[in-house]
Amino acid sequence: MTLAVSRQDEGVRNKIRTSASDKRFYFTVNLILGLVTLIVLVPLIFIVMASFSAPEAVNSGKVLLWPVDFTLDGYKAVFKHKLLGVSYLNTFFYTIAGTAVNISMTMIAAYPLARKDLPFKGVILFLFTFTMLFSGGTIPTYILMGQLHMINTRWVMIIPGAISVYNMIIARTFLQNIPGELEEAATIDGCSDFQYFFRIALPLSGTVIAVLTLYYAVAHWNDYFTAFLYLSKREYYPLQIVLREVLIANSVSANDIADMDAETMLARQGMKDLLKYGLIIVSSAPILALYPFVRKYFLKGVMIGALKG
Amino acid sequence: MKQQALPRRGYFKNLAARLKRNWQMYVFLILPLAYLIIFKYIPMVGVQIAFRRYTPAGGIWGSQWVGMANFLKFFQSYQFSRVLGNTIKLSLYALAAGFPLPILLALCMNALRNKHYQSFIQNITYMPHFISTVVMVGIILQILNPRIGIFGNIYTSLTGKVAPDLMANPAAFGHLYVWTGIWQNCGWDTVIYVAALSGVDPELHEAAVIDGASRFKRLWSVDFPFIIPTIAITFILRCGSLVGIGFDKIYLMQNDLNLRASEVISTYVYKVGLAAGGGDFSYGAAIGLFNSVINLILIVLVNWLSGRVSDNSLW
Repeated sequence: MTLAVSRQDEGVRNKIRTSASDKRFYFTVNLILGLVTLIVLVPLIFIVMASFSAPEAVNSGKVLLWPVDFTLDGYKAVFKHKLLGVSYLNTFFYTIAGTAVNISMTMIAAYPLARKDLPFKGVILFLFTFTMLFSGGTIPTYILMGQLHMINTRWVMIIPGAISVYNMIIARTFLQNIPGELEEAATIDGCSDFQYFFRIALPLSGTVIAVLTLYYAVAHWNDYFTAFLYLSKREYYPLQIVLREVLIANSVSANDIADMDAETMLARQGMKDLLKYGLIIVSSAPILALYPFVRKYFLKGVMIGALKG
Repeated sequence: MKQQALPRRGYFKNLAARLKRNWQMYVFLILPLAYLIIFKYIPMVGVQIAFRRYTPAGGIWGSQWVGMANFLKFFQSYQFSRVLGNTIKLSLYALAAGFPLPILLALCMNALRNKHYQSFIQNITYMPHFISTVVMVGIILQILNPRIGIFGNIYTSLTGKVAPDLMANPAAFGHLYVWTGIWQNCGWDTVIYVAALSGVDPELHEAAVIDGASRFKRLWSVDFPFIIPTIAITFILRCGSLVGIGFDKIYLMQNDLNLRASEVISTYVYKVGLAAGGGDFSYGAAIGLFNSVINLILIVLVNWLSGRVSDNSLW
């Protein structure tokens, strides 16, 4: 009976196939996921809407999922903040230069270690992985930075984190999966190791490079600790340090805003809060925008990490 | 004797040939190894200042040896039990609440039949991961503000009273720290499990359907066992950082009123070692070393246990 019906009508077939217990199962799954999505989404929407609303409306709780008394004053205040523009550019520089260094160093470390017949490979690999388990700690590293004269230079934002061993292992696993015959064929054709790396291995590594670029760039963009420890010159400050001053230490001085009516604007606490919401959006948007570009490589790239832990 | 020496010479000759053949590989490795030695291994040598009384003139190699004095000072200080207790409490809480949820979420996502809907939910739940710690704490402060925050507004409209300041309440600190962390990373942490689940052989599901297994039964007996190795590896890695709770978020959420519940080893190391115009380097380094050693012991221990119990281990 069931079979006869199912051949006639797709929709009916699905309904019959899905038993009562399965229905309950799918209902529960959808309920859980719906709730989770709501919990994640509501605060995010609230922040976006608050950044476009009049501060009085936000502070009295009238704004939740739709802007009230639409205004762009928050964003205007953000763009008038003096230190913010400089720190924004600094962070762009640290992120781009830092990620370029990261990717180059990670790939040239991963490639030799992905080779099967390299003498001393085990020892070298151990030197890398041991640093994941044990480190000298904050203070000895701080003393080293002092000795290298890196404190209060832009270098400190780029060089000390040049390789993440975890990411290097992901790259290595990926390179190991490139078929060995390719290399044999290339060697027979007289291709040196350098040529093989630049002409064959690198162009084939697009997936893993995309994923690692995402990992490294997000880390640089959001890095707060390095600048907090090693930078005290305001002209070198990255975005995160300025964000901390405004969002957490709650200090917006009239000096920071280059405008005549700045003081009157800031006299209103509400304006300060509006600035915060605008700042949250302006500072998070670029890095959120990166993800869609990397998305299609993403699951594949993570799989590689998942296989080897 | 001679007969034994021969294969050895052959080995070295062979090794020399292999080294020569691979010389370009070692050229690749020069920069990464230099980086590793300078920025990772030199600080490990520098950690000896934990056993010295560091002075700028004496430096790492010339300062006076004091043995275990810095460690004893920490163990005997009134801060010791509080700082270590907070660190362990917060890490265990974060592990207990934050570890199972992504697994559950990943199993749910994987069960969805509509793949567009699935990737929609994934993209939404990944988003908070990209928010920086500073912005995250800024959002928490803004939302929890008793007067103008959305929490304060809801509280006032429900009870008619002014909301309590949760950031100033030591009892609330742990919950705030852990659950905002889950809000931010639960979605992202599913990635590894979803990736692993994509490797489940569809034939297993088909066979189970023919045997009359319900969808829940298939989740429990096909999907879940398949990702147990991934769960084990992730768990071992999490245990390795059990006492190494991160600096950033705790430090940014700290204030004088919640300090009793929020001072952890990493923030304490910073305060005694580096803050306030050059602190006590040796004392800070000793506390940091204590922390690193415990983490190392923990990860080795959990890895060994896991290898024994389930055949899943890192090495």
